[in-house]
Amino acid sequence: MPIPVKSLKAQHHPFANPAFQLEVLQHAGTEEGDFPLFGAKLQEHKLYPLQPTGTSILQVNVGKMCNQTCRHCHVDAGPDRKEIMTRDTMQLCLNALAKSPQLSTVDLTGGAPEMNPDFRWFVEELSAMGRQVIVRCNLTIILANPKYHDLPEFFKEHRVQVVSSLPYFSASRTDAQRGDGVFEKSIKALQMLNQVGYGQEGSDLELNLVYNPSGAFLPASQKSLEAEFKRRLKSGYDIVFNSLFCITNLPVSRYLDYLVESGNYSSYMEKLVTAFNPVAAANVMCRNTISVGWDGGLYDCDFNQMLELKVQPGTPQHIRDFDLTQLDQRQIMLNQHCYGCTAGAGSSCGGSTT
Amino acid sequence: MDNTYYNPADLKKFGNISELQPEMGRKFFDYYGEVFKEGALTEREKALIALAVSHAVQCPYCIDAYTSDCLEKGADENQMMEAVHVAAAIKGGAALVHGVQMMNKIKDLTM
Repeated sequence: MPIPVKSLKAQHHPFANPAFQLEVLQHAGTEEGDFPLFGAKLQEHKLYPLQPTGTSILQVNVGKMCNQTCRHCHVDAGPDRKEIMTRDTMQLCLNALAKSPQLSTVDLTGGAPEMNPDFRWFVEELSAMGRQVIVRCNLTIILANPKYHDLPEFFKEHRVQVVSSLPYFSASRTDAQRGDGVFEKSIKALQMLNQVGYGQEGSDLELNLVYNPSGAFLPASQKSLEAEFKRRLKSGYDIVFNSLFCITNLPVSRYLDYLVESGNYSSYMEKLVTAFNPVAAANVMCRNTISVGWDGGLYDCDFNQMLELKVQPGTPQHIRDFDLTQLDQRQIMLNQHCYGCTAGAGSSCGGSTT
Repeated sequence: MDNTYYNPADLKKFGNISELQPEMGRKFFDYYGEVFKEGALTEREKALIALAVSHAVQCPYCIDAYTSDCLEKGADENQMMEAVHVAAAIKGGAALVHGVQMMNKIKDLTM
């Protein structure tokens, strides 16, 4: 299936509308009936209402602009998306962090976060505050334009932890998900990161890769895949990295569109529901993370952000009103896509959760 | 699906075979689960063997299940097709090696 170059939004596709996505998600089922509601499933395991266990990560989505239009992207990011965070909103994030020392990690995502013109300023400020900065770098951005070629050096200077998607150690499966030529450029970018010390033994420059399945199936055991990735990337391309994070694709936005279009939607949802793991449910990332949208809105996670499900009404809804004590008392907003984080070994932005 | 012996929906009912013989069913599925755990062989290697055998026994349920399982375990398309070729080579070889038996019989029967 070729990858469309336009975002769902630019195509005026029905799945560009979060309300329509939620409508589809709520009516998923098999011949035997709809799947149990995620909240009811948690209730069976005494996990409802789901609440934070102590927030330590602020995940900031600095915009939907991206140089790629990946087939599975839950953000519906792409070159035609213009929604990006302003420096004023970034300043509000810095203010929130200043009064919340518990937030030791700031996880920057997008789109391609590096395309935001204030990205470097933001990283410099965060780094000066002594916070651990994670950048979710799509790798190809490093080669997309000469102005990005020094990103590995910039990351190194600020001890940024780089987390990069590489869905497979072969071009065919990587390019099928992320676009033609992405594998080759990703390999080159990984070599550039390795050259400045990222992922090397004895180095404190951490380079982690993200594996997510290129299709309608669940990821394998993280440990086993990590060993295979390390072996294949080292022998094929002399690339080293620290850890592999296995992430399950959640039925949101373009991946939901892919599932429906390919006729895999019901069977994939059934897989997620059948593989529900209460241990993974207890460890979901929304219990220690708060997500900030490009416009400063607050969400339980990046997926809820794309479905426009803000944090519980009555708690601060915008970064300007950030109050961690109040937010740590909130009930996490749930829907059927949440089954994606609780299937099998569990899934989060940091990989498996069990 | 009334006009075919195989219904894809039956695959997930595999466990129901225990209904008519619970004890043997339980023993079979316990054994099955044990076999596919990581041991001297990785789960991925076992999935590839299962895929090859699925083709050799020509079981559509197994081909369906172990194609998914191989993808989930991180096998790539080349490995999967090579596994099918291993099955094909053994199946073909098994037919051909009997050619020796045929040749022996020819020898017995001819001048």
